Amino acid sequence: MSLLRRILAFGKRSQVDKEIEDELRAHVAMRTEDNVAAGMSPDSAARDARLRFGNPTVVRERVEGADLALGIASMGRDLRYAIRGYFKSPGFTAVAIITLALGIGANTAIFQLLDAVRLRSLPVENPQELAEVRIVGGNRGFGINDGMYAQLTRPIWEEIQRHHEPFSRVFAWRNNDRLLGQLTDPHRIHGFDVSGDFFAVLGIHPWQGRLILPEDEASACAAPRAVVSYPFWQAQMGGRGLGTTLMIDGTPAEVIGVTPPGFFGMAVGESFDVAFPLCEPNPTRREVFDVSVMGRLKPGWTTERASAYFGALSAGIFDATAPTGYSADAIKHFKEYRLGVYPASGGVSSLREAYDTSLWLLLAITGLVLLIACANLANLMLARATTRQREMAMRMALGASRNCLLRQLLMESGLLAVAGAVLGVAIAQVFSRILVWSLSTRDGSVHLSIGADWRVLLFAAAAAGLTCVVFGTLPAIRATNTDPITALKPGARGLTASRERFSVQRSMVVTQISVSLVLLVGALLFVRSFRNLMTLNPGMRERGITVGFFGFPLSNVEQKQRAEFKRQLLEDVKSVPGVQNAATTTNVPLNGSSWTHGIHVGGSEGSSKFTWVSPGYFDTMDIPLLTGRNLSETDTEDSPRVAVVNQTFIRQFLGQTNPIGQLVRTLPEPQYPSSVYEIVGTIPDTKYSDLRGETPPMVFAPASQFPVTAQQKWAAMMIDSGNAQPATVAIKRAFAEKHPQVVLQFFDFQEGIRDNLVRDRLMAILSGFFGVLATVLVMVGLYGVLSYLVTLRRNEIGIRIALGARRGQVIGLVMRDAATMLLAGVIIGTVLALVAGRGASSMLFGLKPYDPATLTFAVALLAVIAALASFLPARRAARLDPMVALRNE
Amino acid sequence: MAKNDLQGTLDLLVLKSLSQLRSMHGYGIVLHIERVSDALLHVEEGSLYPALHRMEQNGWVRSEWALTETKHRAKFYALTPAGKKQLAVAERGFEQVVKGVQAILRLA
Repeated sequence: MSLLRRILAFGKRSQVDKEIEDELRAHVAMRTEDNVAAGMSPDSAARDARLRFGNPTVVRERVEGADLALGIASMGRDLRYAIRGYFKSPGFTAVAIITLALGIGANTAIFQLLDAVRLRSLPVENPQELAEVRIVGGNRGFGINDGMYAQLTRPIWEEIQRHHEPFSRVFAWRNNDRLLGQLTDPHRIHGFDVSGDFFAVLGIHPWQGRLILPEDEASACAAPRAVVSYPFWQAQMGGRGLGTTLMIDGTPAEVIGVTPPGFFGMAVGESFDVAFPLCEPNPTRREVFDVSVMGRLKPGWTTERASAYFGALSAGIFDATAPTGYSADAIKHFKEYRLGVYPASGGVSSLREAYDTSLWLLLAITGLVLLIACANLANLMLARATTRQREMAMRMALGASRNCLLRQLLMESGLLAVAGAVLGVAIAQVFSRILVWSLSTRDGSVHLSIGADWRVLLFAAAAAGLTCVVFGTLPAIRATNTDPITALKPGARGLTASRERFSVQRSMVVTQISVSLVLLVGALLFVRSFRNLMTLNPGMRERGITVGFFGFPLSNVEQKQRAEFKRQLLEDVKSVPGVQNAATTTNVPLNGSSWTHGIHVGGSEGSSKFTWVSPGYFDTMDIPLLTGRNLSETDTEDSPRVAVVNQTFIRQFLGQTNPIGQLVRTLPEPQYPSSVYEIVGTIPDTKYSDLRGETPPMVFAPASQFPVTAQQKWAAMMIDSGNAQPATVAIKRAFAEKHPQVVLQFFDFQEGIRDNLVRDRLMAILSGFFGVLATVLVMVGLYGVLSYLVTLRRNEIGIRIALGARRGQVIGLVMRDAATMLLAGVIIGTVLALVAGRGASSMLFGLKPYDPATLTFAVALLAVIAALASFLPARRAARLDPMVALRNE
Repeated sequence: MAKNDLQGTLDLLVLKSLSQLRSMHGYGIVLHIERVSDALLHVEEGSLYPALHRMEQNGWVRSEWALTETKHRAKFYALTPAGKKQLAVAERGFEQVVKGVQAILRLA
């Protein structure tokens, strides 16, 4: 019979079996006949034939074993047998599959995020060829950084276009948010400015119309053409309207094409709405870093070789592009920059930077939870194996080989693992989307294409395989490692079961306790760290403050008049009913932004944060004045420059000297000529750009003394409106009449601060959730194992009670057992927690990873859990009726 | 180094028998080996069938059902071209084993 036929006969096992049996039977029959012919009696002839042949079942199984197709077929038989077994105990099956599905699902979900954020390449042609040109080590705060991913200035981009030997082609891009629609009621969109070659180099083909081409650069500033993203096209334009115009920042832009659905731009986790040709500002600002430059490496060029190429050119490039208006020292620094080339196949991603550690940590946490779940399952399987010991012994006695039974048992656990994995991948799809959704904040929804690609499926399969090995192998070896004779004896249960037999279960419970201690400590650390951040006093008022942005891009207010115009805007805001106080500022605190100037104070040189505010700022923000005087209306453009400084500034630059009357001289920068400020007052330290950072030296100067040359067409205000919502409505209404050309945007100050804590919130919630889950699992596991041990020791306990042991003693017996396991688990867990804590230390705020209070609390919690879990089995043991327990013997 | 495990020897005996008998069932192979070796070699019947099935998987032999002289329905095995090649390989291997063993025996 050919192999093909057998495979075709797959499932028709009985027929294949029958052929083998026929063949063997023919053999015995022929031998018998020959024996008879040789003169034996028919009976002894048959007996001789059988003796010579050996055990027919064994031979048959060995023949089957040699048969590939039959191997597959018998696996099918094992599978059916396993499924039938599970249907007989649906409770066990459901618990096992759901446990596994949740465990694998949580792991897969986190991995899916990691995959989307970290591992996947951009959806462009040959992404591995992409590389980015950056300044090695960044520009270290020099000049003005415009944009999260901006690395280079326009003059540097022009130089690279002239010298791009390592690259076949290069392109530049920047994220640039715009206002869509009429400026009286604008809508913020994610703009994306690209050089003419951008789409061609990336190999992006238009979904409709055409994409931006080099010839579009000419009209980039005056009459830009726009390419919309597929989601924007669908949601905002109804999938129509090519050739129409959109109002962007008050200028009409013609829509010429749509990008394909998968293309989201260069930043993973973000999605652009409308792309424009890169506009070259006139005059060029040589100190503004606002573009990212990438290219396709030519064959044979590595990033190292390309870095060496640009490293050699760097001196020339930075010499040619140096800005003017800076101090000689600053320019010297600029000219010492070097360009390097870095792989960019995965694009750029702030999400990746912010969440990399978190995601790996979460993956570790979910992995540990899965481990605990597996230990529980292994215990369940062990218990099941014990009850099936007789079945196994019976099958062995009937001639089944040990391998055959092992295969059968592993098939059973494999089946559970596969079912759990399939369900787990489905759960992961929901879970990962909830996670992505929870990462979104007020001004940045997270766009990630989460899908079950091959990496995710491979991961789930590996997780399932690993869990299967962890929870399935030991019970299987255990179950098949029995001696049929002992197992089949009636009441085959010794007076006390051997210690070796339980040591596996015990060590599994110890592992569970130690791992869950790690998870509990982690959870408590993250929750407390989040609480620290939430309750941290930043040194200023958070509640009831609305941040307002007032832009007037199209108005023709002269630069000289802008300060006065902003003062007028502030007065108009203050006069709106419901507004209690308001102040302008050049930098909104706790918003992630930063504004630094180099300074000279006395003999020392350094840098400080600078903020120009209107006189009401400290009142509005509830920042008290410590010494000296407040900034006031009498400080005007023409009066001497004055400033208020914080304590860090005094410590760093003035030491013990009285700060009042000291002079601060700023170093020159383009638009910011050097000027001298006299310190007139001091304030306490407040947080600056975020809650975590140390307070930097800070200088506050009056808005009226802001350099005229640097005046922009926007103002930011901190508005104390008590009840935020109505006041903003009232302000909008008042401004629509009086200043229709001013674009208004508002957000709640406190909400903005909380949005920056999304990561901490996520870690607190998830680690807390998994910590609780781990504790519950441990409780169930401990309860199960103790109950099982009590059942096995029934006779022993029965005898003890019969001999006069008191209830308390029996309870003590079981509880002591639990206490020993708890102690071992806690000791191991503490060591593990201390080691693991180092990995999380960078994410904690106001806490050390080795926090004794946290550790003590976690241990105490576990002790309570262990006591609860062991009390029930202990009480059951104490209530044992010795007559019933011993009757079984 | 020649492959000199016992299974290889059983394979060799079976393949050689089949090359001499053209087509034979398992029982016939057992008888043939005993007869030709003057009862010096005794094939364990329980090992023969797994070996035959394994060789069939390897494509060295093919099988078909036929009637024996005594009118029993039995499964007859015959060598395939691949089996003939394998026989040559096995024979060479066995000769080397024999040479090796003899060399050691002489030395001792």
